[in-house]
Amino acid sequence: MNQLLTDTLHTAPIMGTIVLALVVILINAMKKDSLALEYWVSLIGIAANIGLAVWAFPLRGSAFAGTVMTGGFASLTAAVFLVAAGLTIILSRAYIEKIGVNFGEFFHLILMGAAGMMTFAAGTDLVVTFVGLELMSICLYALAGISRRVHKSNEAALKYFLLGAFASGFFLYGIALIYGMTGTTNILGIAQNIAAYKSEPLFLVGAGLLLVGFAFKIGAVPFHMWVPDVYEGSPTVVSAFMSTGAKAAAFAALLLVFTATFDFIHSSMNTVLSVLAVASMLVGNIVAISQTNVKRMLAYSSIGHAGYMLIGITAGGDVSMAGVLFYLISYMFTNLGAFGVASIIENAEQQGTDLENFRGLYYRRPLLAVLMGVFMFSLVGIPPLAGFFGKYYIFVAAIENGYTWLTIVGVITSMISVYYYLRVVVLMFFQAPEEAEAPQVTSGGTIALLVSAFGILLVGLFPSIVLGWMGGLF
Amino acid sequence: MIPVHYYLILSAVMFITGVVGVLTRRNAIIIFMCIELMLNSVNLTFVAFSSYLGNEAGQMFVFFVMAVAAAEAAVGLAIVIALFRNKQTVNINEVNILKW
Amino acid sequence: MIESYIPIFLIIGVAAIFGVVSVNMSWLLGPQRPYREKQSTYESGVDPVSTAHYRFSVKYYMVALSFIIFDIEVVFMYPWAVRFRELGWPGFVVMLVFVVVLAVGFIYELKKGALRWD
Repeated sequence: MNQLLTDTLHTAPIMGTIVLALVVILINAMKKDSLALEYWVSLIGIAANIGLAVWAFPLRGSAFAGTVMTGGFASLTAAVFLVAAGLTIILSRAYIEKIGVNFGEFFHLILMGAAGMMTFAAGTDLVVTFVGLELMSICLYALAGISRRVHKSNEAALKYFLLGAFASGFFLYGIALIYGMTGTTNILGIAQNIAAYKSEPLFLVGAGLLLVGFAFKIGAVPFHMWVPDVYEGSPTVVSAFMSTGAKAAAFAALLLVFTATFDFIHSSMNTVLSVLAVASMLVGNIVAISQTNVKRMLAYSSIGHAGYMLIGITAGGDVSMAGVLFYLISYMFTNLGAFGVASIIENAEQQGTDLENFRGLYYRRPLLAVLMGVFMFSLVGIPPLAGFFGKYYIFVAAIENGYTWLTIVGVITSMISVYYYLRVVVLMFFQAPEEAEAPQVTSGGTIALLVSAFGILLVGLFPSIVLGWMGGLF
Repeated sequence: MIPVHYYLILSAVMFITGVVGVLTRRNAIIIFMCIELMLNSVNLTFVAFSSYLGNEAGQMFVFFVMAVAAAEAAVGLAIVIALFRNKQTVNINEVNILKW
Repeated sequence: MIESYIPIFLIIGVAAIFGVVSVNMSWLLGPQRPYREKQSTYESGVDPVSTAHYRFSVKYYMVALSFIIFDIEVVFMYPWAVRFRELGWPGFVVMLVFVVVLAVGFIYELKKGALRWD
């Protein structure tokens, strides 16, 4: 009984978020027109849960018979997902009223999705990893289709659902084969005897299938087909949450699984991983050039960013793992901000996120344009913004570990990406506006965007502090 | 005692049948049924290994897979219904506003 | 090393062929000689009065979904019930938490009127 209590306490951020989500859905069921109440309860609850995550940070270890990781890595990622969920909720308040899906369930789904992400990223047993993955994915399927009268949203939800479930099938089959070979689903248990299985064909097939499942979730080429369609069709705030939270969760889980079984990965999988990385960087950044819709462009850019992070995972070693985590944090702030601006520009029919709609934004909404500029520069990786240090750490670690060629591809594709990111900036600042209304900006939206921008600046100005949190996590 | 290979081959065949179905069929509901076939072939693999290894972790995993599949079905069918109300079709070839 | 992969590739190959073949077999092998009687819904029976693509009320869907969810959740209760004595109070508390979470879902469903038939 005491053990149960201690375990629950040590996994407090996850438990707290689930409780919060349940409270929100209960309020929604009991009370009519309770959107404002749910909004504030969600925000206060998220703040409290971030506090719990900070409190649990030193409690490094595992809970529930070694199935869930506590403290350290789990707390850090939990805080990242909670920040992403909080910013998404602030941004979505005005947005869901604009597009007419102002249901309290929206907040519930975001909170449950965040709980799923934390579980996904903290699971050290493949059962927990799988349940977390599905909790996150199911919430996101529902969120993608939440504006149910809009064809685009239906279509995005259907595609996301079918391809996501398809990928889960591969993920599971991989787990089944690994279980069959090793007799356990615990990652540490698998890692212990890895030398014995390393060259077993069935184990390798299992690990490969698991990697296919992960590659689907992070949107790495060639498993990226769903990314542009889903990010474009979903309500923009949901795309923001998906592209930051879901991607970060998949990467965190990948890190956890792959650091535990590191020797194996390094000897058998790095060719596959580097191919995925190169393909993602090239396809993502090159196809993004031809996009005219900003949401779709950001989707392709997120494929490219998955490629950069895969370099870090390929290179391995503590420095590059910390680099990937750093990249996730900077990317979370940046992409949330970029999608956030798009969600404010967008009109009530969920149209109007084309590049044309950004033309001369500076003359209509100067603050919005400046913020979008910051996000774009951070995505390019211009110092002193956070995006620069993310790329820097990953590239340095890759060179140290002898993956210079991956770094060269990374730098070249970053050069390519300058073109399409800066095109947005040029359009906003140096082109005369057409006859168009200025988009409605709410105080909540401004606050969320400012928080994102400050996050980028702080992480970029004091990268050593953020890296300090990651000291000895791996 | 039936050797474990038989189960594994059967489940591999089931899994690939599901994959082929997902890739070739055009009706969203049938695609979803093929995905369920994939999940169930995984369940069969788990149970076969579990009984072969004399270790109940695999059976426990099957419970989770079943529960998750049910939740997935609930959300997935709701999405299909929403789509059908708007477009009067569940053929994924006609679901094509989004493309590059 | 590479020889040990042969059985895997063999399984994948056989399974893929089986998958493709079994999906398309009925279309390939089945004689396709349609005539009017054969294309009717029931060769011997009453002709259907309206199209089979009749849209059922969404209420059936709600009930079916509730059934799936609550039916499947019982799966977790059976193992607990079997080992009830050994699991003791911690097991009871965990199951209580599980049931409370389910109950929240059920309250939500009730309040939203998903089970109201009229």
